[in-house]
Amino acid sequence: MIAWGAARHALWLLPGVALWATLAVVSATRLGKQEDRMDENDCDGLLLERLKAGDDAAFEVLVRRHAARLLCVARRFFRNEDDAQDALQDAFLSAHRALASFQGDARLSTWLHRIVVNSCLMKLRSRRRRPEEELEPLLPQFLEEGHQVRPSLPWRDLSDELERKATCGMVRSFIERLPATYRTVLLLRDIEELDTKETADALGLTENAVKIRLHRARQALRQLLDPHMTGGLS
Amino acid sequence: MIRNLTCGEFVEFLWRYIEGDAEGDEAREFERHLAACPTCVSYVNGYRQTMKLGKMAFENLEAPVPEEVPEGVVRGILAAIRKG
Ligand SMILES: [Zn+2]
Repeated sequence: MIAWGAARHALWLLPGVALWATLAVVSATRLGKQEDRMDENDCDGLLLERLKAGDDAAFEVLVRRHAARLLCVARRFFRNEDDAQDALQDAFLSAHRALASFQGDARLSTWLHRIVVNSCLMKLRSRRRRPEEELEPLLPQFLEEGHQVRPSLPWRDLSDELERKATCGMVRSFIERLPATYRTVLLLRDIEELDTKETADALGLTENAVKIRLHRARQALRQLLDPHMTGGLS
Repeated sequence: MIRNLTCGEFVEFLWRYIEGDAEGDEAREFERHLAACPTCVSYVNGYRQTMKLGKMAFENLEAPVPEEVPEGVVRGILAAIRKG
């Protein structure tokens, strides 16, 4: 948490105080995981002094070094490429404003990751709320007496590494196909690893609403994967 | 008093069981249904596997980035920064 002093300051600059609180908490868990990979980015340290001095060339280096990875993160939240690129730009603007207070005790990449997630959420929140998109066709159907119309079959194990990789690619593209309201909850809970309360605060929902949306999102994802995962069985 | 859940109820309220919100009799209703219904066993196992696959799908993505960012995007960002 102490490492997050700088990011905390940065995120204060953005509207939505609840968001920073949320993200600061996650950062603590994620930082731990990422610390092992410290070596790949230690040249960021050299950049930092120049960045803080307001060196534009250094900022360009920062953008070129991190934009691709951060754009991938933004694309998880937005199906539309323009939206993802907008969120990325907002994130770098926020980072630029907040650099002076960045203390360098968190990794720049971790700090930027938080900021881009934050700018995606701000962008999602600022939109006029659209009516809940229809997820119905992706949910299991039941007969009058309560049994499934198409009873669930067991899934196979993915023992083969190649197949596991292919399935992961499939999972990513299916998540992309989920309506935004469900996708966002799934990304925050299952991928960004916020807990229910943090997700509820970030999205302005009740905790139960988060749980139900997450359930629907997982159900839909399960349904999309079902043909693939039962396919290998006779 | 433990009720018999239908498969529809089981699947609809499964999140309460998965999240640990269902306690006592409510949890036992889920367990009793599972003990008697192979279809819902398949459903839950697939559901849990879905959760795992969701995590796995994004796990090793942070190291190498497959794609370049379009030059226009980089320039757009830098221009926006200069404007302040
Ligand atoms: Zn059942």
